[in-house]
Amino acid sequence: MPLLKSLSKKPSASKSAFRLKGGLFPLTLLEISHYERADFEQQLTNKAAEAPIFFNQTPVVLSFEEFDGDISTLPLGELVNICKAQGLLPVALRNSNTELQTQAKHIDLAIMPVGRVKPSKDVTEAEPETAPPENTSVAEKNEDTDEPNAARSAEARSEFSHSPTKTVTTPIRSGQQVYAPGGDLIIMASVSAGAEVLADGNIHIYGALRGRALAGVRGDTSARIFCQSLEAELVSIAGNFKVDEDLRKDHWKSAVQASLDEHTLCITPLV
Amino acid sequence: MAKIIVVTSGKGGVGKTTTSAAISSGIAMRGHKTVVIDFDIGLRNLDIIMNCERRVVYDFVNVINGEANLRQALIKDKRAENLYILPASQTRDKDALTVEGVERILNELAADGFEYIICDSPAGIEHGAFMAMYFADMAIVVANPEVSSVRDSDRILGILQSKSRRAERGERVEECLLLTRYNPERVAKGEMLGVTDVEEILATKLLGVIPESETVLKASNQGIPVIHDIESPAGQAYSDAVGRLLGEEVEHRFMSVEQKGLFKRLFRRSA
Repeated sequence: MPLLKSLSKKPSASKSAFRLKGGLFPLTLLEISHYERADFEQQLTNKAAEAPIFFNQTPVVLSFEEFDGDISTLPLGELVNICKAQGLLPVALRNSNTELQTQAKHIDLAIMPVGRVKPSKDVTEAEPETAPPENTSVAEKNEDTDEPNAARSAEARSEFSHSPTKTVTTPIRSGQQVYAPGGDLIIMASVSAGAEVLADGNIHIYGALRGRALAGVRGDTSARIFCQSLEAELVSIAGNFKVDEDLRKDHWKSAVQASLDEHTLCITPLV
Repeated sequence: MAKIIVVTSGKGGVGKTTTSAAISSGIAMRGHKTVVIDFDIGLRNLDIIMNCERRVVYDFVNVINGEANLRQALIKDKRAENLYILPASQTRDKDALTVEGVERILNELAADGFEYIICDSPAGIEHGAFMAMYFADMAIVVANPEVSSVRDSDRILGILQSKSRRAERGERVEECLLLTRYNPERVAKGEMLGVTDVEEILATKLLGVIPESETVLKASNQGIPVIHDIESPAGQAYSDAVGRLLGEEVEHRFMSVEQKGLFKRLFRRSA
């Protein structure tokens, strides 16, 4: 589940000690369907044994969308401690119950708005028996990349990759906006200054990019942007962006691709 | 079948009305029955440039409202045979134009045997400009060699290809660029955008380049479309543009700095 956060302090020689930046990060939801201390602890321990690398200070959002029982009497502090003991770091609560929200404030959990989308089954699901088949493959990928984020972005990727590609053959003029929901965007002309192109997947521009290009707008960190001449106002992947003045420094007006490396937007020449 | 050509730009003061007057006169002088319509309701200027200001009795809005018929409103040009002017109303506002009304008049003009209908658009992207471009088969986008004018032209091209009747039917409006107030010396000094820069940004066919010339202002003030001044570079450039518009192959002129030898300079001075 992609989640917008603003953080990042960048120690540098400049006068200001930090700057606030928008970032989109995939976060795992821990969807809890029922709670009974011993049972929950046991199931979580079993899950942690299956994918030890994933359970390593991994931030999760506690969600009770499908909770069965009286939620206002739930011992939230106890639940959080069990999670922490197994290497999960609950960072936020997603529930509209005021009693639960008060508890969350006491133990320094952020409160997230309740989502409209039905939460998907996750790696961290409480009942391993009902886990979808992708679970194992995600856990495997997880182990050989040694990087929890990779597993989550691979999962996010599979959500988008079957959608059709949108192809545009005419120039995208100033003031126009083109969005390819759920897939890639191919533009066989230039994107003018003041125009905006967006895609859930990759963006390919067979011409000059003079406007704004935003790939992976729903949080796909593996999305890329390709263009024949970089003259952009803004380039963004999964919420990590660079503006004109940063882009001018390198490879300006040359053929490049933009990709994400650990939340840093990298511009590399295509040839 | 009448061909409807809109002269538009987005930005004001770039030479739309001057161009409408010159192009319509040029087409008519080559033997085609032509009408030029002023869509700038409330700020009518075309009649001044065409020197028929005192001959206006009924106008475009009167015809739309059925207060007069086309024959009463059309003014026959005194210089070019085959040319008629349909003036704008000075007292109404642009909301007086309706899609149905404009369509009815365009159909009547076509039925009357007019081969070319030139629509002189007001500046901006509001209702008046929209009405002028909606029925167009072709657009002449007038731009000055400066960044803001080029940006606005880009915007207009985008609107044209997405909101016009042809766009709604999935067809394209034929588009071409007319660069006015061009000064090759200032381009050489780097003070003005060059033809190639503008062509590259707008990625559209170049209809012509009209050099900056005092004769344009003089012609406007005298009410003689500049195309009648066959001595002036601006008049010749418009004449070339009309040729290209009608499908002739005419080489572009007035785009580079004239090499003035000593002899030529002396000759110029005495001439």
